[in-house]
Amino acid sequence: MIKFWNEWIKYGHVINVGIQNTLAYRMNFLFRAVFTLIPLLANILLWKTIFSDKAEGDMIGAYNLSQMVSYYLLILIVNSMTAVNEDDWQIAADIRNGVISQFLLKPMDYLTFRFSLFLANRLIYILVATIPVGLFLLWQRNYWTAPVSMEALMLSILSLSLTGLLQFLISFTMALLAFWVLEVATFIFILYAFEYIAGGHLFPLDLLPTWLETLLYWTPFPYLLSFPVLIYLGRVEGQAMWNGILVQTVWLVIAFLTARFVWNRGIRSYTAVGG
Amino acid sequence: MSKETRIAPLIETGWRRYLCIYGALCQNSIMRDMQFKVNFVLWLIVELLWFGLQITFISVIYSHTDHIGSWSRYEVIFLIGAANFIQQLFHAVFLNNITQLSEHIRTGRLDFMLLLPVNPRFLVSLRTMDLGSYVSTLAAIAVMVYAGIQLELQPGIIHFVGFAMMSVCGVMIHYSLMLILASISFWTIKAEGFAWGYYNLFNVARLPDAAFKGGFKAFFTFAIPMLLVANIPTKFFIQKLQSPMEILSLIMMAGACLLASEIMWRFAIKHYTSASS
Repeated sequence: MIKFWNEWIKYGHVINVGIQNTLAYRMNFLFRAVFTLIPLLANILLWKTIFSDKAEGDMIGAYNLSQMVSYYLLILIVNSMTAVNEDDWQIAADIRNGVISQFLLKPMDYLTFRFSLFLANRLIYILVATIPVGLFLLWQRNYWTAPVSMEALMLSILSLSLTGLLQFLISFTMALLAFWVLEVATFIFILYAFEYIAGGHLFPLDLLPTWLETLLYWTPFPYLLSFPVLIYLGRVEGQAMWNGILVQTVWLVIAFLTARFVWNRGIRSYTAVGG
Repeated sequence: MSKETRIAPLIETGWRRYLCIYGALCQNSIMRDMQFKVNFVLWLIVELLWFGLQITFISVIYSHTDHIGSWSRYEVIFLIGAANFIQQLFHAVFLNNITQLSEHIRTGRLDFMLLLPVNPRFLVSLRTMDLGSYVSTLAAIAVMVYAGIQLELQPGIIHFVGFAMMSVCGVMIHYSLMLILASISFWTIKAEGFAWGYYNLFNVARLPDAAFKGGFKAFFTFAIPMLLVANIPTKFFIQKLQSPMEILSLIMMAGACLLASEIMWRFAIKHYTSASS
């Protein structure tokens, strides 16, 4: 029991240190949060133009204008809360520069250590982004739609936390490629491109042909971003929703096991360059 | 490198000297790129993926509507090709150099560059050339050709020349704005985020201007002229321009941005007091 609490206290300290380090980057975060709004704004204006040429009440896919705008606003929120921004580069750099050597000696698990830093990082980002994102949401408030039900709201929050975990584990594993290759950036960008389109960042996936949409729900991509949004908006309900959460959980378990496996293989081939 | 080309920068003068130096810098960049061939190919794949992704987005939109404002499907695809073409040219010539500016300042390498007997802005802007981005422009050209055929365009020589010249204006706008942003790193050392921020602006450049109205249109035309960069060359080439004033606004804004960046650059260099000492 005491051991258990000691673990909490230990990683609690890591979070604390992480918060203090991250605070130094607050202006960077603010800048990032503001610039993220530009493509979002462009997309919203694009859809408004398309809808303005349609008759009143016309739908695109199964969306009217406010549902479409709500979709993008919710994606913005999920993305701000869960997306990894610097962690993967830092992990890759730690490996390249030999910094991880010290973790092989310390009684500290690198994955948990990194996860604590990720939490600290997200916490500060959310705090900083609240101002620009909040103003943006306030400005677009006429398009805001409420969750379809209390149940949907609770489950979308559950799914949101699974999304955050999945985001972290996948980035962590990708960054571990630095054990074998000199430059991981290309691999990260390739994965990010898939996430950007197949995760529903650019447009809601139900605008795609049904067969493709169904196929995508078996891949991890929608669970990295848009799935909580779909639950919130009532786009997936009942059995399909529970199935989705199950698939998301399964991907999470796979991601965790892969992360552990890759780490174990990685430290075996690690030669502590510069350490 | 033969001995003549190596000493050429020492004996030539004026713009020919700079041309010689740039030739040597390019040669150097290509040699470095070729040392990491796998990486070179992987970056090409990354660029192609992102380009394909933008076209997919537009195709999905047009599977649900047949026009955005006055823009038809292939007009927008041409526009995306043009925006990507201009963006890749900007990458090829300038981007990496400017994103490294904050690093040069942090490590003190800028001090060394200021001591060299060349114009520091020249060196900061053009030190490395990105061969991969030149290769990527081919994909953009292919998309423009494809869209052009679908639109049954019959361009004359004037259209090609005009398009090329306006693309240069577009590259100048990207370059100037980015340099202005990067100059901020003279005051705050941690400025890597600025380069990333600029990527978001490319998203605006590839959308049809008809999607923007009122204040936004004015802002993205006269404050941050992203709606001129690719829209005007495209509209000229597909003969969609409403008035010659649009071309004039592109030229004027490119000039204004260049001037603003020069003023900013001079101001920054004048107040520069090295990072390390």
